[in-house]
Amino acid sequence: MSLETSDKQKDLSESVGWVKPQKVLIEQPLKLACGVVLPSHTLVYETYGKLNKECSNAILICHALSGNHHAAGFYKEDPKPGWWDQYIGPGKPIDSNRFFIVCVNNIGSCFGSTGPASDNPDTGKPFGANFPPLRARDWVESQRLLMAHLNIDCWAAVVGGSLGGMQAMRWSLEHPDKLQHAVVIASSMKLTAQNIAFNEIARKAIKSDADFCDGNYLQENKIPHRGLALARMIGHVTYLSDELMGQKFGRDLKAGDLLQGKTEPVEFQIESYLNYQGDKFSDFFDANSYILITKMLDYFDLAREYNHDPVAAFRHAKCKFLVVSFSSDWRFSPARSREITDALIAAGKDVSYIAIDSDHGHDAFLLPNQRYQEALGGYLSRLADQLEGVQ
Amino acid sequence: MNHNIDFIEQWIEPGSRVLDVGCGDGALLASLRDQRKVLGYGLEIDPKSIGSCLEKGVNVIEHDLNKGLKNFADQSFDTVLMTHTLQALRYPHLVLDEILRIGGKGIVTFPNFGNWRTRAYLSLRGRMPVTKQLAYQWYDTPNIHFFTYADFEALCKERNINILHRQFLTHGFPDRLLKSVWPNLFTETAVYHLSR
Repeated sequence: MSLETSDKQKDLSESVGWVKPQKVLIEQPLKLACGVVLPSHTLVYETYGKLNKECSNAILICHALSGNHHAAGFYKEDPKPGWWDQYIGPGKPIDSNRFFIVCVNNIGSCFGSTGPASDNPDTGKPFGANFPPLRARDWVESQRLLMAHLNIDCWAAVVGGSLGGMQAMRWSLEHPDKLQHAVVIASSMKLTAQNIAFNEIARKAIKSDADFCDGNYLQENKIPHRGLALARMIGHVTYLSDELMGQKFGRDLKAGDLLQGKTEPVEFQIESYLNYQGDKFSDFFDANSYILITKMLDYFDLAREYNHDPVAAFRHAKCKFLVVSFSSDWRFSPARSREITDALIAAGKDVSYIAIDSDHGHDAFLLPNQRYQEALGGYLSRLADQLEGVQ
Repeated sequence: MNHNIDFIEQWIEPGSRVLDVGCGDGALLASLRDQRKVLGYGLEIDPKSIGSCLEKGVNVIEHDLNKGLKNFADQSFDTVLMTHTLQALRYPHLVLDEILRIGGKGIVTFPNFGNWRTRAYLSLRGRMPVTKQLAYQWYDTPNIHFFTYADFEALCKERNINILHRQFLTHGFPDRLLKSVWPNLFTETAVYHLSR
């Protein structure tokens, strides 16, 4: 017990400490890419560190598919820190002693910001499956409204992994004067057919659950647990690498054994792990949000409106870029990151690209890795030096 | 071995696009950015060197040169630089072609194997030279080609590469003086400005 307490104290001193989410009602109408206008919307967000006098040291963290606003620090009731605590905090690569860090739960998600589980003001019932379809640019637009609320005129950097990197790239094209740096990690300019295929299998799993009720499960007091758990299990496999699964689980058994003459069922460790992950996820994530945001991923195509020419697209950007990939990431492979990098070079933009060796697949962007930490930290500490006028 | 090659800055147009192939810690690119306002990118594979570039704010692309330079379009740079790397690549002649395909002009530097120290080492000791300039044992060296600047110029002639400028560099008092009389004997590092 005392060991646990001291572990937590150690974590606390190395983290931003106790944090509390904030909530804001954005009253300006938000016109979505699909044409629907949200007259107002709620955003839940967290901030770490202090905004400087010039309001120039703000970093926006963009979360991915299942992420939320709780990127760093601890809640009193939860022993686990925020999802990117390894990277955000005092002295960490995204240094809360030097930057004012903002992370917002995006609309359409399910952690307190307006989404499918929120009540539709027109009907008084949850939006459910009727929540309007979203694009990454809608998240950017909503983030821009929050930015104005926080009195920030220009982000020092917009940082994100996976779908978060897509938002950072979209920021650079939609609001080129509103960010100095975009950090694009384990991302892509568009999904491959294989990626869309995995997303569709996940959606089908959710919709096949009888408790899904065509998306109106909240009115029916039901939750499509099994479908959502299955969707997560599929996704989870694609976020890990074969090597890592082999190292972590191999063919180890959780129950039973494979000797001849035994009739009791055998359970592999990987089965148990995946089932646990799926069940846990289905307890806190909303099925309609999962469908909505996987579609947002599928629809993302950075250069579509620029004649499908990424070089022409990136010519609109004014910020500098850092692009990061991970060797065993097969969901958003290093080749996708290199395409981003090559397009930026051809467009004459400042860009650096690092390819990190890792066994952790797509999830690597969330996990500790010395080289990744040093590279991201080195890049951002130069930015902090410039903001603080250090030569 | 660390000869000052700042003079190449005068071969590079202010504001032009520069690709430094094998950019090391990015010092040259940082200087070109600050002095000549170039838009520069470095290619590098060593993690430590890449880290140094990031800290300097130099654009650095993690890139394995053995996989070629096909990512880069024809004539997409004004100048392609390659310092002390040619001797470490599998096919230097093809790399030269690539440099002049991607860049309007190329600048390459390499250790001159015709230097008297390496010649003396081989002929008197009968062993492959290990000098300040070539500080590796034969079995564990990145330098897999040994050539003199005369060999290099013969290759340029054969492949129709124009030599716009060349500079021969050396350390120490008598060597610097003697270099003008016997350049191949007294040059440690050769620097070439090329075009096609």
